[in-house]
Amino acid sequence: MFNLFPLFSANTAIFNDAPQPWQLGFQDGASPTQEGITELHDSIFFYLVVICFGVLWVLSSVIVNFNSNKSQLVYKYANHGTLIELIWTITPALVLIAIAFPSFKLLYLMDEVISPSMTVKVAGHQWYWSYEYSDFINEDGESIEFDSYMVPETDLENGQLRLLDVDNRVVVPIDTHIRFIVTGADVIHDFAVPSLGLKIDAVPGRLNQTSVLIEREGVFYGQCSEICGVYHGFMPIAIEAVTPEKYLAWIDSQA
Amino acid sequence: MAEETVEIKTAPADFRFPSQNQTKHCFTRYFEYHKCLKAKGEISNECEKYAKYYRSLCPLEWIQKWNEQRDQGIFAGPL
Repeated sequence: MFNLFPLFSANTAIFNDAPQPWQLGFQDGASPTQEGITELHDSIFFYLVVICFGVLWVLSSVIVNFNSNKSQLVYKYANHGTLIELIWTITPALVLIAIAFPSFKLLYLMDEVISPSMTVKVAGHQWYWSYEYSDFINEDGESIEFDSYMVPETDLENGQLRLLDVDNRVVVPIDTHIRFIVTGADVIHDFAVPSLGLKIDAVPGRLNQTSVLIEREGVFYGQCSEICGVYHGFMPIAIEAVTPEKYLAWIDSQA
Repeated sequence: MAEETVEIKTAPADFRFPSQNQTKHCFTRYFEYHKCLKAKGEISNECEKYAKYYRSLCPLEWIQKWNEQRDQGIFAGPL
C-alpha cells in the first residue's frame, strides 16, 4: 500500500494527483504530455492577462472620460475608421497565429506513438471500466483482465477518496512508454486522467490509441468524461504507477 | 546475484495506421494471422508473431465474436 502521507520525511513532496476542493490550477503533472499542456497554458495565460489588462484599460478610460456627464460631444456620424479597424483585426489574428504554433506542435507531439513497450486495453461500460493486459498470456492462454468499480461511500476506508477510489487499480510501471487502447462496450465514455494528460473518448466499435510515459510513482485519479447515463459521475479511474520490479511482481500475482 | 533481463514488448506502431484510430490495425493483424495460418499451416510457428500482435491490440470480446463468425463462415475479412 502506498505511503501517501510521509509526515516525517523532509525530502518527499506530496503531489496533487487528485482533484482538490476549490482547486483553480491543474493537477501536478506526471508525464511529459501534462507538463507540455501546463507549460502551453501558462505561457498563453501570461499574454492573455497582458491583453486583458490592455483592453480593460482602454474600455475603462473611455467609460470614465467620455461619459455624458463629462463630455457633451457626440460623434453621431462616425461610421467607420479604416485604420483602427485594420489594427484591431490584424493584431488579434497575429496573436492567434502566435498561439497556434506551440499549440499545434504540442498537439502533434501528443499524437505520436512511436514504440510503445506495453499495451493496456481499456473498455468503458455502464458504469465501470474494464482493463486487459494481453501482452502476456499465461499457460492457459489467458490474459490479465479485471473490472474496476468505484468504492461506494458506505465502504470507504479511512484515507480513501470519495468518488475516486476503486476496488482494482490499473497498475503500470514508471518510465515505460505505455499505449492505451480505449473502446466503449455500450455507449460513449471518456477515459480521462488529468495528471497524466490523458483524455480520450471510449467509443463502441472503435479503438482509440493514446500513450503515456509516467515519470514518478504514485496513484493518479481520473473520472469518466463523457455523459453515459445515471452513474456517469461514479465510474472513476485510478492508475497506480510503480517501479518496474513491483509491476512484474504484480503481473505474476495476477496471472 | 545474477539479474534476469525481462523484456517487455507489445505490438509495434504500424506505419500503415499512424493516427489515433487503431480499429483497422487490430482487424488487419487479426486476419493477417489467419491468412498466415492458411498459407503456412497450423503447425508452423511463423504466424505466432501476428497472433501476439492481434491479442495485444484487440479487445477479447471482439476476438471472440470474430472467432465465432469464422466458425460460422460469416467473417467479413479477406480470408
